[in-house]
Amino acid sequence: MSEHVSPKSVYYSIFGALMVLTAITVFAAYVNLGNFNAPVAIGIATFKATLVVLFFMHVKYSSRLTKLVVATSLFFLFILLAETTMDYATRGLQGMLPPLQ
Amino acid sequence: MSNAVAHADAHGHAVHHPKLQHHFDTMQQQKEASTLGMWLFLLTEVLFFGGLFLAYMLYRMWYFDAFAEASRDLDIQLGGFNTVVLILSSLTMALGVRAAQTNERKNTVFWLILTIFLGCVFLGVKYVEYSHKFEVGHVPGPNFHSDSVWAAQQQIFFSLYFTMTGLHALHMIIGVVLMSVITWMAYKGKFDSSYYTPVEMAGLYWHFVDLVWIYLFPLLYLVERHN
Amino acid sequence: MLDTLKLPERHYLNNGHGFKSWLLTKDHKRIAIMYLISISVMFLLGGLFAAGVRVELLTPQGDLFLADTYNKFFTMHGVVMVFFFLIPSTPAVLGNFLIPPMIGAKDLAFPRINLLSLYIFWLGAAFFFYALFAGGVDTGWTFYTPFSSFSSNTNVIPTALGAFISGFSSILTGLNFLVTIHRMRAPGLTWFRLPLFVWAHYATSLIQVLGTPVVAITIIMVAVERMFGFGIFDPTRGGDPVLFQHLFWFYSHPAVYIMILPAMGVISEVISTFSRKTIFGYSFVAFSSLAIAVFGFIVWAHHLFVAGISTYSAMVFSFLSFSVAIPSAVKVFNWTATLYKGAISFETPMLYVYGFFGLFLIGGLTGLFLATLGVDIHVHDTYFVVAHFHYIMVGGAIMGYLGGLHFWWPKMTGRMYSEFLSRISAILVFVGFNLTFFPQFILGYMGMPRRYHAYPDEFQVLNVMSSAGAGVLGIGYLLPVIYFLWSLKKGEVAGPNPWGASGMEWQMPSPPPTENFTEQPIVHGEPYEYTPHVAREANLV
Repeated sequence: MSEHVSPKSVYYSIFGALMVLTAITVFAAYVNLGNFNAPVAIGIATFKATLVVLFFMHVKYSSRLTKLVVATSLFFLFILLAETTMDYATRGLQGMLPPLQ
Repeated sequence: MSNAVAHADAHGHAVHHPKLQHHFDTMQQQKEASTLGMWLFLLTEVLFFGGLFLAYMLYRMWYFDAFAEASRDLDIQLGGFNTVVLILSSLTMALGVRAAQTNERKNTVFWLILTIFLGCVFLGVKYVEYSHKFEVGHVPGPNFHSDSVWAAQQQIFFSLYFTMTGLHALHMIIGVVLMSVITWMAYKGKFDSSYYTPVEMAGLYWHFVDLVWIYLFPLLYLVERHN
Repeated sequence: MLDTLKLPERHYLNNGHGFKSWLLTKDHKRIAIMYLISISVMFLLGGLFAAGVRVELLTPQGDLFLADTYNKFFTMHGVVMVFFFLIPSTPAVLGNFLIPPMIGAKDLAFPRINLLSLYIFWLGAAFFFYALFAGGVDTGWTFYTPFSSFSSNTNVIPTALGAFISGFSSILTGLNFLVTIHRMRAPGLTWFRLPLFVWAHYATSLIQVLGTPVVAITIIMVAVERMFGFGIFDPTRGGDPVLFQHLFWFYSHPAVYIMILPAMGVISEVISTFSRKTIFGYSFVAFSSLAIAVFGFIVWAHHLFVAGISTYSAMVFSFLSFSVAIPSAVKVFNWTATLYKGAISFETPMLYVYGFFGLFLIGGLTGLFLATLGVDIHVHDTYFVVAHFHYIMVGGAIMGYLGGLHFWWPKMTGRMYSEFLSRISAILVFVGFNLTFFPQFILGYMGMPRRYHAYPDEFQVLNVMSSAGAGVLGIGYLLPVIYFLWSLKKGEVAGPNPWGASGMEWQMPSPPPTENFTEQPIVHGEPYEYTPHVAREANLV
């Protein structure tokens, strides 16, 4: 964590952006985007999260080690989600393999 | 000597910052240690909540209609209001840390009190939501009641809803208690621009709790609202 | 010169007397000693449960216990040994004691959190004792749902909460080590001058902070399901019991690396000392610790091969499980190369190293058998698995822990133990261990299932051998209690460096003073420098 002091205007701007993004999230939920509703919602949430992490939590001005810790947590969370989903998503793919004799 | 260790002159017990703990050499080292420690703790929290997000993700894929219907039962206005409240509390928290950084004791206390207040508002709204759920029998278990054709899988939705938001609320309560302690310490003048680490660390924790809600709100409240 | 050695006047053990000075200490060394006592008690308890299992299995019929009681015995053996002995063992005792001096620091980064981690360990153990006295638990240490979340009528929640709480102890230890190693190294102590013991604990700590939270939330999910009737894993409401297994093993597989990595760190330190040589391929050994930590996180579903996961993902996990053996093999090759043309000797710590080599090798190779999908179908849930993991956890991790305890006992207490008795003990452990567990490979291959209190008659001979071996092993484990305690009063005074070892911890007096170093050490050289000058200094020539 650096000694960098952000100007108040930065905080207010980020807050404003977060409010706008929240409104968009709610608004988008009422629009039928088919299969894209979930990715859009998660995408906006991730963008909001990025703003909070970078500016409210000062990661933009933090040491490389801090950034590495953040990245590591996301990486291993990804492993948990991805490898488990890999199992469930490939159930019943009998066509991939030759049938048992 | 086997690994060529030389001994420096003794670290004389010169005047040092009153908050420097004796196993550290400098305030800088102490602050860096505290910061790394807090970020590692938040890393554990990511994985902690992560398990619930995994379960949620899979069950939502399998039982989308059940989840959509159950989600529509949640009050989007209260949920949206709480989202605004929590993000606002992150703003006040960030401003509180900033005030500590710039030696503004009174402002620090002001922003921290506001943060606590917003946190309590959030918890109050959650209490209202939970009470409603109890009344209409949406608490999973023997007292669950739903006329939906997907009633069984909706119990899974509500199980995850209560576990995820309940765990989140527990973290909020801890955060409010933590903030109260920090606010008291700030009021007592324990912090200044040379030492405000506890405020900053508490701030990181608070922002993290906000982050979790940033994901919980769309995932739980906004599954499918366009019908 | 040796017979004029005296204990230092002021050291960490006599710096302050009375309960408060121990229970409220911030000294990492005192905390390590309290952990040593605590986990030794838990080891004894876990051993008693194992004794119950092995006595029952002397005869093919289930004649000693009811089936449900037997289930409780193996469950509680597993819970105690995994959560309350193996996971803390080397890190909480040796890591806590040695990491600050090894890096030239006065204490860990967060001494009060270190104490808190000990308190939390005790609290978790208290929950377990409550569960024990309330009648025990029979779900297996793996708590599979829906039995644990729904059907079992034993004390699942207190046990699970005990494990949950002890997990926080583990997380805090890991967090403390990571910050300490990153931020408190002495001037001149670059990453690649760190002792490999420190590298091993760094990798272990990564696993502790990344993996433990996942089993923590999984236990919470089981607890709320059981307490409130929530339906996360309940099949009648659409829940998936296999999801529990994914979540559980996401931690529990890396957990076994929490158990083995610190032991490997011990091996590196002991082997270089008693071959009087620097570790061959230092950076390979260092990086392999990190590789094991990372790879360990991506292979968990090899525990689910017959649980109903997809064939495709089973193949992926099988392949990844093969690859995680590679960094372990790298270590074994480098240690062997360290021995080559070294001046090797046979002090007790080194006997444990030799034992580790053979047993870890067998344990590791049989892991490859289990990672092989086709073979696993046959041996899953048989004694083959039981033998495999005991070779690693007991033959590997516990041998490493005991070797480390024997190696650093003079540093921690200022006393030498009886070399004669300790060698006997090491041999008894090795012989007893093999007699206990090698027959189990054969039993498993022949089809004897695990977690059964009765078995077909044709398996009796091997079971009797196994139980006899357990008796020998038990004696081997009890002997150190005797000679270690004896050494505290009657052991020869050790002096700062009885083994002539390198490493900053051997620069301190034995026992060390509370602040470890009176002056800030500065590091100029590489680790593991063994020269004739050093040997003369240590009176080895």
